[in-house]
Amino acid sequence: MSTVAIPPFETFYAEHNSEVLGLLRRKVGRDRADDAFQETFLRALRAYDRLEHGEHLRAWVLTIASRVAIDIHRRTKPTSEVPEIPHEDTRPAYEDLGELTDGLPAKERAAVVLRYGYDLTYDQIAAVLESSPDAARQAASSGVRRLRKEARP
Amino acid sequence: MTVPTDLDLRFREAAARSGMLDAGYDLVDSPIGPLLVAATDRGLLRISFDADIEHHLEWLSRIAGRNVLRAPRQVDGARRELDEYFEGKRHAFDLAVDLRDVTPFTERVLYELARIPFGETATYAELAARAGNPKAARAVGMTMNRNRTPIVLPCHRVIGTNGSLVGYAGGLDRKVALLTLEGVLL
Repeated sequence: MSTVAIPPFETFYAEHNSEVLGLLRRKVGRDRADDAFQETFLRALRAYDRLEHGEHLRAWVLTIASRVAIDIHRRTKPTSEVPEIPHEDTRPAYEDLGELTDGLPAKERAAVVLRYGYDLTYDQIAAVLESSPDAARQAASSGVRRLRKEARP
Repeated sequence: MTVPTDLDLRFREAAARSGMLDAGYDLVDSPIGPLLVAATDRGLLRISFDADIEHHLEWLSRIAGRNVLRAPRQVDGARRELDEYFEGKRHAFDLAVDLRDVTPFTERVLYELARIPFGETATYAELAARAGNPKAARAVGMTMNRNRTPIVLPCHRVIGTNGSLVGYAGGLDRKVALLTLEGVLL
C-alpha cells in the first residue's frame, strides 16, 4: 500500500495559508480572521505529528478552519444557529457525502465526512473537532445512525 | 492573496512559543554570507552556508520530526551569539548543540573540537589523538566535513600537519575569513 508522504510543516503551511486566510475572512470577517488564522494553524500544528498519511491535507486544514470559524460564531452569538460547513470547502470527489450529510448536526457531519469521505483516523478527527478520539468515534457513529434512520422510508 | 507579513510572523512566533515545534529555523546574516540556522529544544541542530531552505527541510524533518517551521524566535539565542562572534565581542559560544543521531566516535571528536580555543588551531592528527584514536586523522577529517554546526563547533580551527588549510565544507574562502577574524591568519 502506498501512502502520500507528509511534508514538513513549513511546506504544508506555505501551501495552504493564503487559502485558509481567504476562507476565514469570508466566514468571520477581516477583523476576526487574524486570530482565527493563528488558531487554525496552531490546531493543525498540534495534530500534525499524529497524521498517518499526507492525503487530503487541504481538506483537513480547511475543515479545521471551518471549525474555528464555528467556534468564533458560537462565542460571539451564543444563541444563533451553528453555521454549516459549506460545500465549497470539500473536494468534488466527496461532494456526494457532503450533500448526503447535509441534515446532520455540524459535529456529526464533520465526523462522518472526515471519517468516510477522507478516511482520516479518529485521532485526526479529534484534533479537528478539538475533542477526544472516543468523542469523534461517537459523533461519527451517531451521524451514521441518523443517516440510516433518515434513509428508511 | 498572500498572507500579510505581520500575521505570518505572528503565527511563527506563537508556534515557537507553543513548544510544539520539532525544529525552528531562520536565516542569520553574517560577514561570510547568510547562514541557515536551525534549533530544537535540545539546542542548535544545524548551521549551513547553503541558505536555501529547500535543501534542508527534508533532512530537518527526518532528524527532528515533521513539525519544522521558519521561526525566528527559535534561533534568537544563536543569532545573538553569532553576531557577537562576528563583531569580535565573543570568543566562546554558550549554546547547547543538539547531537542526536551522531555516533559515539563523532561525539568524542566534536567534544575535543569544541575545546580548541578561539584564535588557536589543531591538526587533524592531534584532534584524533585527543579523541583517543591517534590513527583516525582521516576519520576526523570526515567528521569535520560533516560538522552540522560549523563556526559554533569550530572545525575551521583544524588544519593539516604541514600547516595547510586542507579544506572546508563551506569553501576555503570562509575558512580563511574565520581564521583571519580570529587572528590566526593575517
